[in-house]
Order: sequence, then C-alpha cells, then structure tokens
Amino acid sequence: MITLQHYLGLGAVLFAIGLFGTLSKRNVIGILMGVELMLNAANLNLVAFARFVTPLEITGQAFALFTIVIAAAEVAVGLAIAILLFRRRGTVNADDWNLLRW
Amino acid sequence: MALDISALVPELLVIGLGLLLLIIHILQRQPVPANPIGWVAFLAFTAIALFVVWRMPVAEVTWGGTWLVDPLANFFKILFLLAAALVSLASITSLAGQSRFASEYFVLLSMATAAMMCVISAGDLLTLYVGLEFLAITLVVLTALDRGTAASEAGLKYLILNAISSAALLYGFSLLYGMSGSLVLGEIATIIAGGATQAWAGLALPVAIVLVLSGFAFKTSLVPFHMWSIDVYHGAPTPITAFFAIGSKAAGFAVLIRVFMKLFIPWAAAWVPALIVLSILTFTLGNLVAIPQTDIKRFLAYASIGSAGYIIMGMIAATRGGIEAMLFYAMIYVFATFGAFAVATAVQAQTGSTAISALAGLSKRSPFLALTMLLCTLSLAGVPGLAGFIGKFYIFWAVIDQGYAWLALLGIIVSILSVYYFLLLAKVMYVNDPPAESAIIRVMPSMRLALAVSVFATVFFGVYPGPLINLVTQVAARFIS
Repeated sequence: MITLQHYLGLGAVLFAIGLFGTLSKRNVIGILMGVELMLNAANLNLVAFARFVTPLEITGQAFALFTIVIAAAEVAVGLAIAILLFRRRGTVNADDWNLLRW
Repeated sequence: MALDISALVPELLVIGLGLLLLIIHILQRQPVPANPIGWVAFLAFTAIALFVVWRMPVAEVTWGGTWLVDPLANFFKILFLLAAALVSLASITSLAGQSRFASEYFVLLSMATAAMMCVISAGDLLTLYVGLEFLAITLVVLTALDRGTAASEAGLKYLILNAISSAALLYGFSLLYGMSGSLVLGEIATIIAGGATQAWAGLALPVAIVLVLSGFAFKTSLVPFHMWSIDVYHGAPTPITAFFAIGSKAAGFAVLIRVFMKLFIPWAAAWVPALIVLSILTFTLGNLVAIPQTDIKRFLAYASIGSAGYIIMGMIAATRGGIEAMLFYAMIYVFATFGAFAVATAVQAQTGSTAISALAGLSKRSPFLALTMLLCTLSLAGVPGLAGFIGKFYIFWAVIDQGYAWLALLGIIVSILSVYYFLLLAKVMYVNDPPAESAIIRVMPSMRLALAVSVFATVFFGVYPGPLINLVTQVAARFIS
C-alpha cells in the first residue's frame, strides 16, 4: 500500500537532489535541470495532496498543470538567453560568465 | 455563474495598453522611436493610476476569495502604476540611441506592471504563484532585451536564482495546501489556526513558513538572499534597475504583508526573531558595503538593500502601526530611489559610463541633476526635512512601541553611518572637478518631468507628510480589521 507519506518522502528527496544539482552544477543546462527537479518535487506534493487530502476536488492537479506551463515558459526564456551567451562567449559554463562580479 | 470582471478592470486596462503597443509595433515597418511611445505609456499609466485612486474606497472579494480588491491592494497598485509611469519617462532617455527595441520594451513594461498588480490582488496561492512568475519572466526579458553580453548575463542570473527561490516557495505552498486542503489564503488561515489539520502539520508548518519566508526574502533581496540583486541591478538597463528596486521589491513587501499578517500571524513568536536577524543583516551589510563601491548602480543597489532592511522592521512590529510605517516608507522610497537611478540614467546616456567618477563635478555640468541626486540620496539616508526621515521615524517608532528599542537604536546608528557615504557622493558631485573635455549634460524634457516629480514628492512629504499618513492609516486600519 502506497501512502501519502511515501509520496511526500519521494518529493522531499527529489527536492533535495534538485537543490544539490542547482548549487553544485557549473553547466547552465544542468542548473536548469536541477530547477526542474525542484519544481517537479512540488508538483508531486500537490498531486499527492489532491489525491489524499481533497479527493473530491482537483485543485492540486490544476495547480500542478499551471506549474508545468510556467516552468516550460521559464526554461524557454532561460535557454534563449543561454544560447545567446553561448554564441557570444563560446561556453555554457556559469563560472566563465563573470563579466559582472558574481 | 456569470463572470463579473469589474474587479479586474485596472489589470485589463494595463494589459490592453501592452497589447495596443504590441499591435503598433507589428503594424509599423520601421522601428518606432521611444519618444512618442514613452509619453503614451506615461499618460496611460498615470490615467490608470487615477482610475485606481477613484475606485480606492471600493473593497471586493470575488471568485470565492481568489481575487482581492481591498485598500491594501489598491494602495500598492497606485504605487506600481506611479513607478511604471516614472520609469516610462526615464526610459525615453535611455532608449534614445537604440530605438530597435523601444516598442517591445514598453509592451514588457506594461505586462510587468500588470503582473505586479496580479500579485497584490491574489487571494489564493495559485494566483499568487502565477503572478510572481509572470512578473519574473517579464523582468528577465526586460533585463536581457538589448542583447548585450552584460545584460544577458544579468538576465540569466536573475532567471536561475529566481527559479530556485520560486521552487522553494512553491514547495512551501504545496505543504500549506496539504495541511488545509485549500488554496485560498483566508480559508487556509482559518483551518490552520483552528487546528483542524493533518496529524503531520506540526512538522510541516515550520518547514512551510521557512520556505515561504526565504522565497519572499529573495524577492525583496534581504541579506543573505540578496546576491542576485547586485549583479542584476548592474547589468540591467538603468531605468529597469529602478523598476526592480521600486516595483519588484514593493511587490515582494506587499505580498509579505498579506501572507504573514493574514496567514502566519498566530506563529508571530516563531518568525519575528528570524525577521529581526534578516533585518539587522540587511541594513548593516547594505549600508556598509555601499561605501567601497565605484559604480553608481552597484552603490544604489546596496543602498536599496539597506532600505529594505528598514522596511522589513515594520513586519517585526507586526502591528497596525508597523504596516502603516511599511506602506509610508515604500511609497516615499519609490520617489527617492527612482530619482537617484534617473540621474544615473541621464548621466549614462550622455557619458556612457555608470562609474561614480563620471558624476565628478556634476553640479557644474548640470546643477539640476546634482541637486536631484543630493536630495534623493539624503532622503534615503534619512536626513531631517526630507521624506526619508519621516519614513524612518515612523518605522523606528513602530518597533520601539513593540519593545524593540535596541533594534531601533541599532538602526539609527547605521542610518547615521549611511549619511557618511551619501555625503561622499555629494562631495564627488559638488567639490571634485569635472573631468577634462566634459560637456554640459543635456536633460530631455521627459526626464526633467520625471526628476521634478520625484524631487517634489521627496521634499513635499518631508515637510508636509499629513496626507500620505492619513492615507496609510486608513489602508492599514481597513486591512487589519
């Protein structure tokens, strides 16, 4: 039997992995992937709560859909700027983009 | 159920303005110069602000509590629209040389303003989250719009760090939803405070409060969540930097007031100490690190971090007086900060530099710009006679009233220290010799109007703060009751 606690545990682990990825990766694409993991951890929570806490409503699922769309928009803008910077500087390594003191 | 959209009219007007500018942009074959568009945007923002002022007494809660039109929301909408109107005027100067992006620029500015208005009217977590992300994405594009390397780098840094903070915020929201089974702020507050929650709420609630607090601390760039703001303020076009400092930050404070005063107030004993630490770190580090800066935008970025440290003191008081002081300070801070960044814009447009040394001898090259910068920065420092003094006095009075006299004393000491570095800036402008081969700095009429408004408001509310105090008193009273 899979309970709410299992989903929450998986969500927390996913969130931690995503946070570790964003903080440890040097590659901008890797950082964006870490962010996606963190957002998906929250989505997993939302859907699990919708199933176990409010089984008659779909507010959690609706919220998760909104989050997915927003994450896609964010990644689209992020990759567009990353490509622009890659053309200018020839690297996707965040350490090399140091024109502004980080 | 028929949808009643009357509560959405100001937002729809701003979005309509953005779409209108977009259509003009598409229909024109040549790039449209910034000059007429900037004036159109300024007049439209001012008109919509007056419309919101006119509707201010109306309070509505629509669509099951998901959309709130209360005096607090209207107060901040007026603030955002004023900020957008002033930024439109300043943008005419900064876009004068490069009209390629002028119309897209004002489209995005309208959309960012609409997003901030959605954030403050949001009555549920979903609307709030969508509004915050809408704001962040438009600001990223505005930052990176001119496709320069520094601007792109600033845009990407903002996007990534904002995404991390938003993910933390969203995770906190998901826990709040799980505890209460509702997304509407009012319902969550009732359910959680009533104790009718899940068995594991005792563990999840502190985690949710920490995650939500860190998300909002990022938006308002409180130390240690301020790292993004310095680079982004430096890399963004200067009027957009001003928009970040006054609009985006005020939106963060507005939603902080709403969520913490309505939702988390029963646990004030737990989060007030955290806010005290954030506040002390923010105003000391912001004010002290400003001293060695050599770039005017980084200098003002640190000064604005310092101001955020004072504004957040109103939340430490967590009373009606504290909210009043935050609203007052947020409003006068708009004019002072905008004035300082606008002077930087005018100097940058002519000299191409944002170094503090480019301001040398400004009093001889443009007495008006030098005087504006002096008055605005002294107002930020809290010199008596200017609006910033009343704002700080109000804030310190609110925290002393709640028994935090030592915190107010620390704030006053750091405030006095901050006068030192603002006077260093005054020395550069008034005593130092202008660089050789420097010319008189020309100020466009649009910029003159914007600077005159910010100087007038800074001096007027310093001498005669009565009307604004009346307004914030009423807004806070309606919000708390």
